[in-house]
Amino acid sequence: MVARVRVPDTVKRGEPFDVRIAIQHVMETGYRFDNAGRTIAKNVIHTLVARYDGIEVYRAELGSGIAANPYLQFWITAPASGMLELSWVDDAGVAGRERVPVTVRD
Amino acid sequence: MLAAVMAAVLASAGCTAGDADGARAIAPQARPQPLQQGSAFMPPSLRAMQADELENPGMLWVARGSKLWQQAEGTDVRSCASCHGAVQSMRGAATRYPQVDRASGRLLNLEARIMQCRVERQKAPPLAWESEPLLALGAYVAFQSQGLPMRPSVEGAARPFFERGRERYHLRVGQMNLSCSQCHDASWGRQLGPETISQGHGTGYPVYRLEWQGAGSLQRRLRSCLSGVRAEMFPYGAEEHLELELYLAWRAEGLALEAPGVRR
Repeated sequence: MVARVRVPDTVKRGEPFDVRIAIQHVMETGYRFDNAGRTIAKNVIHTLVARYDGIEVYRAELGSGIAANPYLQFWITAPASGMLELSWVDDAGVAGRERVPVTVRD
Repeated sequence: MLAAVMAAVLASAGCTAGDADGARAIAPQARPQPLQQGSAFMPPSLRAMQADELENPGMLWVARGSKLWQQAEGTDVRSCASCHGAVQSMRGAATRYPQVDRASGRLLNLEARIMQCRVERQKAPPLAWESEPLLALGAYVAFQSQGLPMRPSVEGAARPFFERGRERYHLRVGQMNLSCSQCHDASWGRQLGPETISQGHGTGYPVYRLEWQGAGSLQRRLRSCLSGVRAEMFPYGAEEHLELELYLAWRAEGLALEAPGVRR
């Protein structure tokens, strides 16, 4: 899955900073029909988790109301420089992951 | 419902001479004044989405394109990079399309050129029109020309294509009997239902369209317009579309490319 993540170049120790992620995904709602009248199976990214050096710091549960190619922005704090890992999974079981380093300054 | 609104709004605005309801007088080959790119007709929230490098969903296709650029394909196992080197060599390329292919004499838009490279030079299986890899590569290459002015050539071999494109632009078609000119020359800036009619330049393509919940080419958008006036859409790759794209590129000359654009 194509995804793009951004964090600020440097963040201040303990101060909230924003994490932004855009994921390429069809986010099929499950409410649409094909030309033969059959329901197109629901397939959305249902869970996104952010871990900082292995500790869960953010979790999102998404559903059919989220548009395709979802874009999320959330704020976390970091006590020290480390690795932020975002992972997500959709209804079909396909998972995605992105890692981005965070540089903390005082 | 949109169809009924269109018919009502344009019933009296169809005439190209200046008339009482404020429709703009347009000389047959004049360009809109002042020339404005499509994003100028978007609401501020969409302009901001387009301008933000991460929020712009079209950038996901650019990102995918950057991977494909390096991917070796075909019996010759060549990637785009094998011949073209760094993608920065593509700077300015998108501003010169559509153009006539010297070898075959065919008119090619950017997507068609990529398809041709893939088959003839990479010796790889063809990419279908509007396929995800083609859109990704098109977005990646067009992105290299972001901010550069459109500069297509309509002289020499391109001239007959350009003239047919210009004729088609002014041709009334479809159940609604409308030409491109009637909306995009005579009625730009006016409302069509909830939408503000743009000048129809197509400089924001490949585009991320909210209605499609995905990316698409200018050709797809032209087909949508034809469908919108209840005219028969030509098949993908039809010369009718490409000629029109050439005319639009000429008409947009000087406007900066803003791919990937974000539109409704």
